[in-house]
Amino acid sequence: MPKIKLAENTIQIIKDICAEFDNNEGELINVLHKVQDKLGYLPAEVQEVIAKGLNTSVAKVYGVVTFYSYFTMIPRGEFPISICMGTACYVRGAEQVLSEFKRQLKVDVGESTPDGMFSINCLRCVGACGLAPVVNVGDKVYGRVAPTQVKEIIAEYRKGCDSDNVKSA
Amino acid sequence: MTDYRMHILICGGTGCKASESNEIKEKFNHFISEFDLEDEVQVLFTGCFGFCEKGPIIKVLPDNTFYVSVAAKDIEEIVKEHILKGRPVKRLLYKEPVSGEVISESQDMDFYKKQIRIALRNCGFINPENIEEYISRDGYMALGKCLSEYTPEETTNIIKDSGLRGRGGGGFPTGLKWEITRKVESDQKYVVCNADEGDPGAFMDRSILEGDPHSVIEAMAICGYCIGADTGLVYIRAEYPLAIERLKTAIKQAEEYGLLGDKILGADFNFKIELRYGAGAFVCGEETALIHSMEGLRGEPTVKPPFPSVSGYMEKPTNVNNVETFANIPVIINKGAAWFSKIGTDKSKGTKVFALAGKINNVGLIEVPMGTTLREVIYDIGGGIKDGKEFKAVQTGGPSGGCLTKDFLDTPIDYENLLSAGSMMGSGGMIVMDEDDCMVSIAKFYLEFTLEESCGKCNPCRIGNKRLFEILDKVTEGKGTLEDIDKLKVLSDVIKDTSLCGLGQSSPNPVLSTIANFEDEYLSHVEEGKCPAGQCKSLVRYDILEDVCNGCTLCFRNCPVGAITGERRTPHFIDQSLCIKCGVCYDKCKFNAITVN
Repeated sequence: MPKIKLAENTIQIIKDICAEFDNNEGELINVLHKVQDKLGYLPAEVQEVIAKGLNTSVAKVYGVVTFYSYFTMIPRGEFPISICMGTACYVRGAEQVLSEFKRQLKVDVGESTPDGMFSINCLRCVGACGLAPVVNVGDKVYGRVAPTQVKEIIAEYRKGCDSDNVKSA
Repeated sequence: MTDYRMHILICGGTGCKASESNEIKEKFNHFISEFDLEDEVQVLFTGCFGFCEKGPIIKVLPDNTFYVSVAAKDIEEIVKEHILKGRPVKRLLYKEPVSGEVISESQDMDFYKKQIRIALRNCGFINPENIEEYISRDGYMALGKCLSEYTPEETTNIIKDSGLRGRGGGGFPTGLKWEITRKVESDQKYVVCNADEGDPGAFMDRSILEGDPHSVIEAMAICGYCIGADTGLVYIRAEYPLAIERLKTAIKQAEEYGLLGDKILGADFNFKIELRYGAGAFVCGEETALIHSMEGLRGEPTVKPPFPSVSGYMEKPTNVNNVETFANIPVIINKGAAWFSKIGTDKSKGTKVFALAGKINNVGLIEVPMGTTLREVIYDIGGGIKDGKEFKAVQTGGPSGGCLTKDFLDTPIDYENLLSAGSMMGSGGMIVMDEDDCMVSIAKFYLEFTLEESCGKCNPCRIGNKRLFEILDKVTEGKGTLEDIDKLKVLSDVIKDTSLCGLGQSSPNPVLSTIANFEDEYLSHVEEGKCPAGQCKSLVRYDILEDVCNGCTLCFRNCPVGAITGERRTPHFIDQSLCIKCGVCYDKCKFNAITVN
């Protein structure tokens, strides 16, 4: 991964968050949540600042970041696509929907498109099992998605227009 | 409080919110102000009604009308007809699928008839963001009773006598756990609520926290009183933003009302509750792993003993219970241990909440007394299998459980029966499968999950599950041998016997139970290279029957890769080298002209 240089004010944001939690090592997970909320992801350089702020080793921070699936070291796309792979969605065809997204966007799970518009992720049960299979794009939920609808969903964002209604087959 | 003539309860659970319930609420507010009804009609969000299949759901009080599958465009009609003129909108009422009978009240629907709602008692009845509504339904009465009438020991005994067992899956007697933690001497103890619901396809705990957060808060305070703790911690998934928000609101309100904080209800008892966020790790449902995660560490389990009741969070005695377990506590205190222990079977008392999902007509959240049979759950409450297909199996217990066949349909559901049938109660996920589901693929699906979620600390789980997955993958590719099936069995037993925590000890269950109940399916994969359900892509080939195809071009137009060729009104053809076996043509064809081989 190429080295990135953090802006001074980004470093300050991270330091402030650490201070908010009294620079307490035991609050590491809460700090990571807050930093990821602000910055979108947690690259190695950010982890170094957090380690310093909480007076712990970078190895420990890295260990925790990589342990939990909620934390990511790769920037997400502008429109993150999450496909629910809970059992209810799986038995109603989530896998076919996922492979269609991968095929259309030519990226794998956990990757972003080169233009930074989309990224694909799997998640485990959003709890809308009545709508299975479910796909989230950002905060918007699409229910009962069929592989044939995938193209439309992507096109909706490519065009930059966003209809107000939830799509349901 | 204003005296409203009517209350409109809109489902505010995640499932319905994902549909249109926000817009529905806005529309209601819009029309209600248009007709000057603000002082007469109240519109509010409530917790999950459970009948997610027919969401978004709206209930109108006092006449108890139950509207299903409501859309924002229907609201004008509801306001004009029902609210203004008192005529319910018939087309939005629930229609019984078999008899076609229109039913307007939920208690008359088959879906609700066999349910007894204890843990879910307030979901769909109150506004979860208003503490007064909880109090009006006997809320915080149990806490008051404990603080004024019972000693901690007496309270613990009530829970013990009720026979309540842990609803997170383990089934350990709750009262006993409290007693053990109470007897350990320490200057500081903790009550932890495990709300790290990681089981894919399960949303029981989330619905309780979204629909009735105060019941959990009240129960945690009662637990704190019993064991002598002044701090409660809720470990909740960060993926549950709505539940977190409602819980925060509820804690704040309880503090304002003096139901949390110092000298609660004038008694010599202090209790506060804080939130801790999970970050997506299934293993953190295991109590020792959960505790490490709360301490800001990797969520890896440690060897028990010492049990958390002796040395838990910050090495202090800690009592960990699941959300649903807590939700039962206030009712038990209010109605008594004897009332509770009358419900259920000999060894499993009370009710259990299940998230019913998969190939079933009525997907939703249900609560049934222990001892209800799977047949009652699937056919009476669940309304049978989708699209009239044949029932094949029901999976309970999530990635740690197993698949039960139709031979077990009449087995009464309780902890012991499910275990002896080769599955387990688990936290309450119940996924129904039909004839189109390949059981080898299902086992592989669960293994892939455990593989991702294994923390990697102990070898049997980290390496063993990987090997199990590889063998299953080989079988679904049609490259497996008979020897592989034996290997699966042996390896599974070793992993079960030697893993450190519950995750590894139960991870081979989906494999073992599918082999035990569907060995013929494994055999046809390895011996004949066939997938009977037609799901394993490597073993499937789609073809068009020339004599049946009438050239309607529907498959041609829907094929995502352009693998289908052919002129209008002449039989079409699938180019096998291009086909990605997505099955769209098969689903779309109206003439059954496409075969799966």
